[in-house]
Amino acid sequence: MQTAVSQTSPPQKSFLYDPKVRGIFYQVVLIVGIVYLFYMAATNAIENLQRAKIASGFGFLNNTAGFDISQTLIQFSAAGGTYGDAFIVGLLNTLLVSAIGIFFTTILGFVIGIARLSKNWMVAKVAMVYVEVLRNIPLLVQLLFWYIAVLGALPQPRNSLEMGAGFYLNARGLFMAKPIYGPNISILVAVLLIGLIGTFLYRRWARKQQEQTGRQYPVGKVTLALVLVLPVLTWIVLALVGTNPITFELPRKGTFNLTGGMQILPEFVALLLGLVTYTAAFIAEVVRAGILAVSKGQTEAAGSLGLTPGQTLRLVVIPQAMRVIIPPLTSQYLNLTKNSSLAVAIGYPDLVQVFMGTVLNQTGQAIEVVVITMGVYLTISLVTSFIMNIYNRRVAIVER
Amino acid sequence: MSTAVDIPRFVRAKQVEALPPPNLARGPVAWIRENLFSGPFNTILTLVVFYLLYVIVPPLVRFLLIDAVWTGTDRAACRADTGGSETGACWAFIWDKINYFIYGSYTISERWRVDMFFALLAIGVVWLLWLRAPRRDLGAVYFFWIFPIVSYVLLTGGNADFGVRFWIGFAIFGALVVALFAFFAALLKTAMRPALIMGGGIVAVIGVTLALIDIDFGLAHVPTSLWGGILVTLLVATVGIVVSLPFGIVLALGRRSKLPIVRMASVIFIEFVRGVPLITVLIMANTMLPLFLPGDMTVDRLLRPLIGTALFASAYMAEVVRGGLQAMPKGQYEGAMSLGLNYPQMMTLIVLPQALRIVIPGIVNTFIGLFKDTSLVAIVGIFDLVKTIEASRIDPNWAAPTIGITGYAFAALFYFVFCFGMSRYSLGVERRLASGQNR
Repeated sequence: MQTAVSQTSPPQKSFLYDPKVRGIFYQVVLIVGIVYLFYMAATNAIENLQRAKIASGFGFLNNTAGFDISQTLIQFSAAGGTYGDAFIVGLLNTLLVSAIGIFFTTILGFVIGIARLSKNWMVAKVAMVYVEVLRNIPLLVQLLFWYIAVLGALPQPRNSLEMGAGFYLNARGLFMAKPIYGPNISILVAVLLIGLIGTFLYRRWARKQQEQTGRQYPVGKVTLALVLVLPVLTWIVLALVGTNPITFELPRKGTFNLTGGMQILPEFVALLLGLVTYTAAFIAEVVRAGILAVSKGQTEAAGSLGLTPGQTLRLVVIPQAMRVIIPPLTSQYLNLTKNSSLAVAIGYPDLVQVFMGTVLNQTGQAIEVVVITMGVYLTISLVTSFIMNIYNRRVAIVER
Repeated sequence: MSTAVDIPRFVRAKQVEALPPPNLARGPVAWIRENLFSGPFNTILTLVVFYLLYVIVPPLVRFLLIDAVWTGTDRAACRADTGGSETGACWAFIWDKINYFIYGSYTISERWRVDMFFALLAIGVVWLLWLRAPRRDLGAVYFFWIFPIVSYVLLTGGNADFGVRFWIGFAIFGALVVALFAFFAALLKTAMRPALIMGGGIVAVIGVTLALIDIDFGLAHVPTSLWGGILVTLLVATVGIVVSLPFGIVLALGRRSKLPIVRMASVIFIEFVRGVPLITVLIMANTMLPLFLPGDMTVDRLLRPLIGTALFASAYMAEVVRGGLQAMPKGQYEGAMSLGLNYPQMMTLIVLPQALRIVIPGIVNTFIGLFKDTSLVAIVGIFDLVKTIEASRIDPNWAAPTIGITGYAFAALFYFVFCFGMSRYSLGVERRLASGQNR
């Protein structure tokens, strides 16, 4: 086609009319512009940094931080921790709140999404109101609301709310029993692992059998027995023998404070509550759209084959809906992870609060800090979308 | 359940008993029975929901309306120890601070200018979003050119006072631009007139813009550090949409371009911005922008987050517009090309008008997200609505237990009204467009 065009076009026209030449010209202009921008930014930055006497390079990561962090998953102290350690602490805190948040928001989102499609008018309307209200109010306002208006109104430690089972709630956070692992914990973990592997193998075998003979096996009951009953029995036996693998340290109520147990920061509770309830509203919409995308004929066909409504949902509707649900669901997970950076507004020590806040203010090395922080989020985004693309390819409809 | 013949279980071997005929009864009782109590599970569900509503709704109504304090001049009205009531929301606090929430610390005698800005913004939004408004092309010119300049002059006071030397420099620049266009026209051996008109037009638009900023209209200067409240919230959102729509269209076209470097630059920008949280972009704009500029130049504190949000919104807008471009059937492009239109003509006359029309819901949804995200500028110290509430909440004059919750309830209500309204609009447009497709 290309040759045909050049043959019919008049040869005396200037080469400037050649789309290829023009394309190269435009791209050269673009490159020159971008390079000029970067060059100006770099020279100005070097000059400004020299004038302000700010060091550059990543050497500051080995300097002693000199500040404390309220929640640390690894050993960290103001005296011994470096900025690099502070970075890891912040990163782990971000990952912790994101992982727990994703777990709970998935459950809540699916429940509300299915509730929106319920035939029960009341349930559907309540779910709709939930989605509309939560979606249309900024997350920041919701976080501040949870943190200041709800958790801030909790009583002082001496008047802690007792919630039973070792749970206490007060202005310093949620206190709960802290598990202390005995020497026999490895036995318990091994039993749990055996249960999980056994379940996996049994499920595969049962599925194969069903595909070949049509005979169904009690998969659910066996799973329950292997994953839950077996470890619990082991635990009880070990406890009776006198070598309890897990004991709990309950928080004790003192005159002014609670001692012992595990303390969960109110900042963490507020952030988790805000992220979970907010993202669940979006996931609910994703789930609803996914289920609606499965045509009604599928449900009717399943019904005419004699499947019960539960079986229809489990075997026909959900596997097909998941195809539609997974891509937007992933982007909601990423949104939750990115939104966890709003922790900075309520003082939960996540990556942004620790690194882009305190470390940036102390060192003044804006470029390095911003590059590292953005790099972390970018990596999380790219890795997640890469994994999800693989998954997507596996569940996608294979057209012949 | 064993059958004589060994057949797979998913085939029924026996006739199923016929279901009872559907209930033909009508009326409220039948409706309730069918929709709320159609089985034991449904009944339990309904009762649980009723219980939840009973736990949540009456206390909420009591707090927000019945027990609320509506009048008062200071904290006494909302404190139990001074004879007030602290079981309900303290709307007197909002009422007392409402001017601060709307205008921030904007000079009181000049606040009519902010009102004008709100009115001009409303005109622009209605003009563009009302699908049957007359001359929506003029509306676009108004919203993306005239309105920003007028607002800038109104809000800051204009009178930039560039001086004679600047204007001499601009005249030289203008002559150079026109000469460049003439040079290219000569090089390409095309007509001189359109090239001159185009070059002159570009210079004229920039010149008029600069002149309007330069002229002294006699308005007092109001520094941006005094701006605050809803003014800043709407300003950040407006700048975001005014910048992000054109820039997003350019990025989307770049991403769909056949030129590899243009495409790569667009993809890198879009994916980079979409991969990081807005708050990191804002902190970057706040700390790194001053570093990248020559030492004697300073960027206004309010301008930094404006640039950050505008860039952030552009990347999301680009993806929405790309969706519209991809939805265009190939025949539209081919038809335009076969008519002999060049790339700019094809895009501005054929493809973009159709593509943008079908992504109006997507654009509005992106704008809702942008509008909610404007609250994040509070974190980098800009006095938007959330920040003004934060600041008023700790005012000792209004130290009362319910102040915080009332303030956030007000903010939530404000954002909800705007976002819910916009989402209804976008749903309406979507339905309209869909009905056109169905026919």
